[in-house]
Amino acid sequence: MEENKPYTISIYTENNIGLLNRISAIFQRRHINIESINSSVSEIENISKWTIVVELTEDRMKKIIGQIEKQVEVIKAYYHRDDEIIYQESCLFKIKSELLFEERQIQNIIKESNANIVTVNKEFFVLEKSGRAEEITLLYRELKLFGIMQFTRSGRIAVSKEEMKISTMLEAFSN
Amino acid sequence: MKEIVTLEKETATSVKEKISGSEAVIKCLLAEGVETLYGYPGGAIMPVYDQLHHYQDQLHHVLARHEQGAIHAAQGYARISGKVGVVIATSGPGATNLVTGIADAQIDSTPLVCITGQVNSKLLGSDAFQETDIVGISTPVTKWNHQITKASDIPEVLAKAFYIAKSGRPGPVLIDITKDVQFEEFDFSYQKCLQIRSYQPVPVADEVKIQEAAALINSAKKPLIVWGQGVILSEAEAIFKTMVEKSGIPAAWTILGASALPTSHPLNVGMVGMHGNYGPNVLTNECDVLIAIGMRFDDRVTGNLNFYAKQAKVIHFEIDPAEVDKNVKADIPVIGDAKASLTQLLPYLKEKKHADWYQRFKDLYAIEYDKVIKKDLHPTKEGLTMGEVIKEINLQSKGNAAIVSDVGQHQMIACRYSDFNMTKSNITSGGLGTMGFALPAAIGAKMAAPERDVVAVIGDGGYQMTIQELGTVFQQRIPLKIVVLNNEFLGMVRQWQQLFFDKRYASTEMTNPDFVAIAKGYYIDAKKVTKRSELNSSVKEMMETDGPYFLEVCVEKEGNVFPMVPAGASVSDIRLE
Repeated sequence: MEENKPYTISIYTENNIGLLNRISAIFQRRHINIESINSSVSEIENISKWTIVVELTEDRMKKIIGQIEKQVEVIKAYYHRDDEIIYQESCLFKIKSELLFEERQIQNIIKESNANIVTVNKEFFVLEKSGRAEEITLLYRELKLFGIMQFTRSGRIAVSKEEMKISTMLEAFSN
Repeated sequence: MKEIVTLEKETATSVKEKISGSEAVIKCLLAEGVETLYGYPGGAIMPVYDQLHHYQDQLHHVLARHEQGAIHAAQGYARISGKVGVVIATSGPGATNLVTGIADAQIDSTPLVCITGQVNSKLLGSDAFQETDIVGISTPVTKWNHQITKASDIPEVLAKAFYIAKSGRPGPVLIDITKDVQFEEFDFSYQKCLQIRSYQPVPVADEVKIQEAAALINSAKKPLIVWGQGVILSEAEAIFKTMVEKSGIPAAWTILGASALPTSHPLNVGMVGMHGNYGPNVLTNECDVLIAIGMRFDDRVTGNLNFYAKQAKVIHFEIDPAEVDKNVKADIPVIGDAKASLTQLLPYLKEKKHADWYQRFKDLYAIEYDKVIKKDLHPTKEGLTMGEVIKEINLQSKGNAAIVSDVGQHQMIACRYSDFNMTKSNITSGGLGTMGFALPAAIGAKMAAPERDVVAVIGDGGYQMTIQELGTVFQQRIPLKIVVLNNEFLGMVRQWQQLFFDKRYASTEMTNPDFVAIAKGYYIDAKKVTKRSELNSSVKEMMETDGPYFLEVCVEKEGNVFPMVPAGASVSDIRLE
C-alpha cells in the first residue's frame, strides 16, 4: 500500500460565492481531512488562489486534482510535494505583558525565533511569527511554558518553484 | 462576470426593453429554444408562473403532482431528445424535492436546468417561510449552481446555465432566483453563452494517442469494446457502428449505453456488469485489449477491480479527464468527445475479423441461453416471468419502442431482453438507481418524442413511489403505455435476502392495492393479466390503444435475475444460477 504523504494543492479559480462549498465538498465526500486551507487574491486580477494541505497517497491526490479541475469555475489545480514549493504559515501569540519584562528568557526566545512584536500594551503583547510549521510548533512549545493567553495560526501559503502558467492560459482564452 | 464569459454578439434586431425579472426568465427560456418545461408552483416562484400564464402559447408548462415527478419528467425529456430538460419549482420543499432528480441527472450526465424560487433577498438567512439553502444543498450534485439576487444578472446566468448543462459531459445546473428579483424591472437583452474561460468542456483528443490506440487495436488478437452513454451523448452512433464493423470487434454495452448499436447487430454481444450477459463478462478477463468508449467503469460494471481485465491493455475514450484512471488504469487514454475521437481513429483502423474470438461469445451465449435465457423468455413453469412480458413488448413494438424502466429486477430484465432498433431507446436510472424514476421519466420521454411508442416498465415497488404522476398522464392526456410487473415484493432486495441473508425477507413483501382501479380512477384504460394465455392479446391491446394504457402483469413472486456477479466478486465469476 502506498503511504499518505503531505501534499500542497494550488488552485486558481474565479472569485465566486459558493466555490468554497464546492471545493470542500470534494474532500468531505471522500472522508479526507483538510489539514489547512487558505484562499486569497492571486497575482492575476480577479483570480483567487487557494492553498490546501492534505495527507494522501499520490494516486488519490491525482484523482482529487481531477475532481477539482472538473469544477466549472476552477481554472487550474496543481499538487506539489514540499520540496517543490516555498511555503510558510504565520501565527499570533497573545501573552501577558508582565512576562516580557519579568522573564528574560522570553526575550531570548523572541530574538532567536525571528518573531516580531506587533503590539505591546499594559496588559498583553502580541507576537507574530511566520515560517515553517515546525518552527511555529517549536515556538509554541517554548512559549507555552510561560503561559499563552491566545494563540492562532494560519493555513499554509505557498509559491511553487516551477512556473504555473495561469496567465498564459487566460491570455489564450481572451485571444 | 462580463469578462469571463463569451456571449454571442447581439443581433441588430435585438432591442433593449424594460421588463421584470420573471418575464426575463421566460424570454431566456424561449431564446434557448425551450418548448416544454416541468414544474410545480409555490409562493417564491409565483411571479414566474404568472409570466408562464402570459406566455402559455409559446411555452408548455407541465404541472406534475410532485417536484420529483417534474424533474424525472425533465430527465426523460432530455434523455430521449438530447435537449436540455427544464424544471421549475418553488423555494424550500419545492426545491428540496428536486434533489433526488438532480443527483440522478448528475451521475447519469443528463443536461438539466432547474430554476427555483427563493425568498426575498432581504430575508436570506433569516429562516423565513419556505427558505432553504438550496444552493448549498445542491452543490455536490450539480455541475454548476448559482443564486441570482439582481435582475440584471438573469440573462447572463441563464445563458451560462444552458451552456454548462449541455456542453461537454452534460449535467444538471440549478439557478435559484430570489422573489424580489422576479419583480425587479431592468433592461433586458439576451446573448447565448459560447464559452467560459475557466471551463474547457470538450478536450481535443491527442493525435499521438489516437495513433497509439489504432496501433494497439490493429495488433489485438482478442479485443473487446465496452461502450457507454458517451456514444449517445456525443451522437457518435453512426461512426461508432462503422468503427465496430471495420475493426470486427465484439462490442458490449453498459446499461446507459444500450441502444446506441441495435440489439440485432451481429457484433453487439450484450450487456456487461452485475446482471449483464455471460460472454462479455467472462471474456472481459480474457481479452487482450479492452476498448472503453464513453463509459466510466462503474462498480456495477467492473465488479471487483482487483480482478478486472488485469490481463488486458486498456484504451479509454473519455470526455471527462477526471474519469480517466479513476477506477481502471488506462494504458492509452484518449481524452475527447467520442464522436470526434472515433472520427480521428477510423482511418487508422485496419479491416479485420476476429472469427475465433467472436465464436467464444457465441459459445458462451449458448450456455447462458440454456441456463438462463430460455427459462426467462420461454418458461414452461406456471408463473409468468418478467422476461416473457418484455418479449411480448418487443414483438408488438417490433423493437421500435423506447423502454423506460425503473429500478430493480424488472429493470435488469428490461435492459437485458428489450430489442432496441434505434438509439436513445433505453431510459433508466443507471448510476443513482432511483426507484420511482420510470413513470415520470416516461411522461417526459413521450412528450419529447410523441411519434415514438414509449413503454414504462415498472416494478410494483417503484411504481408506488411516484404513482401520483398518473394525474399528470391524465391531465396532459399522454398516450403512454405503463406496464407494472407485479411480484408483490421489492424483488431485487428480496433476491439478495434469499441469496445472502438466508431468506430473511425483512420488509420486502408488499401488500398492494388494486392497481387497475387506481388507473381507472384517473380515467386511464387498464387491465390486469394473471395468465400466460392472456399476455399476448393484452400487450397487443395496450400497444394498439391510442391513449394512455395501464397493464398490470402478475409475475412469479420469487423469480431471480441471473446471471449475477455477486458483490465483491470478479466479473468472470458470474453466476448463472
